[in-house]
Amino acid sequence: MTVMTYIGAIGAAQREAMQADPRVVIIGEDVEANVYGTTGAGKARAEKGDFLQEFGRNRIRNTPISEEAIVGAAIGAAMTGLRPIVDLSYSSFLYMAMDQFVNQAAKNRYMFGGQNSIPVVFRSAMFYGLSTGAHHSDRPYPMFMNVPGLKIVAPASPSDAKGLLRTAVDSNDPVLIFETCLLWGLKEEVDEEEYRIPFGVARVRREGSDVTIVAIAGAVPLALTAAEALAADGISAEVIDPRTLVPLDKDTIVESVRRTGRLVVVDPAHRSCGVAAEISAIVAEEAFGSLKAPIVRVTSPDMQIPFSPSLEAQIYPTAEKIKAAVKSVCASRASEASSNISRS
Amino acid sequence: MNNTQTERGPTIPRDMMLEMQRRMLRIRLFEERASKMVRRGQIPGTLHTSVGQEAQVVGACMALRPQDNIAGNHRSHGHPIGKGAKLGPLMAELVGKATGVCRGKGGSLHLADASIGSLGESGITGSSIPIAVGAAFSAQILGEDRVALSFFGDGAANQGVLYEAMNLASAWRLPVIFLCENNQYALSTPAHTVTGGRIWKRAAGFGMAGVLVEDGQDVIAVHDAVHEAVECARRGDGPTLIEVMTYRFREHAEGLRLAVDYRDAEEREHWLNRDPIKLFRETLIQKQIADAAALDGLEAEVAQEVEDAVKFTDESPYPEPGVAFEDLYTDTYELERAS
Repeated sequence: MTVMTYIGAIGAAQREAMQADPRVVIIGEDVEANVYGTTGAGKARAEKGDFLQEFGRNRIRNTPISEEAIVGAAIGAAMTGLRPIVDLSYSSFLYMAMDQFVNQAAKNRYMFGGQNSIPVVFRSAMFYGLSTGAHHSDRPYPMFMNVPGLKIVAPASPSDAKGLLRTAVDSNDPVLIFETCLLWGLKEEVDEEEYRIPFGVARVRREGSDVTIVAIAGAVPLALTAAEALAADGISAEVIDPRTLVPLDKDTIVESVRRTGRLVVVDPAHRSCGVAAEISAIVAEEAFGSLKAPIVRVTSPDMQIPFSPSLEAQIYPTAEKIKAAVKSVCASRASEASSNISRS
Repeated sequence: MNNTQTERGPTIPRDMMLEMQRRMLRIRLFEERASKMVRRGQIPGTLHTSVGQEAQVVGACMALRPQDNIAGNHRSHGHPIGKGAKLGPLMAELVGKATGVCRGKGGSLHLADASIGSLGESGITGSSIPIAVGAAFSAQILGEDRVALSFFGDGAANQGVLYEAMNLASAWRLPVIFLCENNQYALSTPAHTVTGGRIWKRAAGFGMAGVLVEDGQDVIAVHDAVHEAVECARRGDGPTLIEVMTYRFREHAEGLRLAVDYRDAEEREHWLNRDPIKLFRETLIQKQIADAAALDGLEAEVAQEVEDAVKFTDESPYPEPGVAFEDLYTDTYELERAS
């Protein structure tokens, strides 16, 4: 075991995958210079372990700023023998290639009757909370969850980032990985040997008996902080990180809510039609009888992201907001909740 | 433009010339039969034919090797047939049968026959262009002797993705051919009214060869132009953009009833007189490659192939409902999700 940062773990997984299989290539904007720190041992270009030195330009290659062509070409390459990892840097750049994601990556295997597999990984980072303004702060995974055919991964820790990326490269289907920039410096003990984390298996980050907190991506450390503080107040919170949103480990979530009777879902993405909405609906359908209080979502509002730090900070979930939500569900009873609903 | 065909026949062996005629006939008779089936309600959905454009399709496909890749568009049947696909599974797909090449899940708009190198036809204009570029990229990286050819129309020539794809292919010297099938109308819109300059000339801006095939009704002319581009690509000298002038004889899609007659009668008459199959038949007779009786025999053989494809389709079952829930992912996750 060794201590790795979140971003270091992504780099380590990419190196492992490149070394393990010559069909794995990395393409993207600025990948040769290791601008974002996932394609080299360190930030210095000449440093030993630089991907360009180790693998050469046939295996790691800068692309033009042409997201639609890059994504399409990666799909075509994946259909004909390569296993590309595409580094799209900012998640909001994915929209430039929406046709390729929705009409080609997600549909080609299905509409061609399973004749092709499309083993390609699209990595992108969500730069929210860093004063990058409305064009760089998106958390867009929910809209891709509405596209059957894509697998969606949102790692919240270094060990998960490494193991999930290896599984993504092994997958014969297109995988979108949404990385959280706010977590880049997060450290954790990580196995430096190869390992893989299966998709569709949630990680229970903390066990508890009074309330289930399901937290997505960057919300996971906030939920853990809140759970720690709640423990001091005598509330035992279970914290679940689904890790992959498609496939989603419904069973672990539903089983937990059956035990705790309460659910708070925390997601940095927008509120409407989001992961929190989906998980809430699943629990309402499958564990309604176990609920002792209404489900509460802690999400970003349906609002664009302002630039000024003083404006931006209030938008996202915080440990304080999670604590308040948990206290509200622990205080309320189901009967009160239904009378509230009937009044509104 | 005149009625004689390109005098470059000797470079093409006799058998190959006959095969060109066979494949053009396959497209024509397959699509005429399919159009009839649309009218009779036997084929659901929409159907876009390549009737009139057979020389452009077959000339291009016959310049490729079996392992080479193609990607196409909504005018979808000609491309796989031109590349040598079996007709039975194609026809079954049009009808939506279980034996269809896409198991009844693609239909006319999304035909793909991987066995002949097809990466699929796309219902979204221009969308398959970067897919072909990706196939060329994998050939380059894996050191495989493949090229990829992207078929797209004059409509798609105004999609931005084409220019992203051309730039990428040129910068990386990828073995890909961009083949613009200029049938002069994007549905009802005359290409010249929405296109600045000439399409083939746009290649220069990307540092690649641009070629115009003025007579796309001449299968040999198309073949020779594409052959040269393929050789260039295979040598590692990068991509070529080829614009082929042609004309679709039928409506944009079968069953389309348009209030406005957007094509000039004289223009139509001119192009209908340049039927690529009739023209090539004359050439084959002139060059004494085959006589009229032999060519009639060839046509009868192809007609029988089409009837066999229809019979195969008629005798095939419709897919079981569960097939709708297969092929989304490569693992069994899809079944768990659907349940």
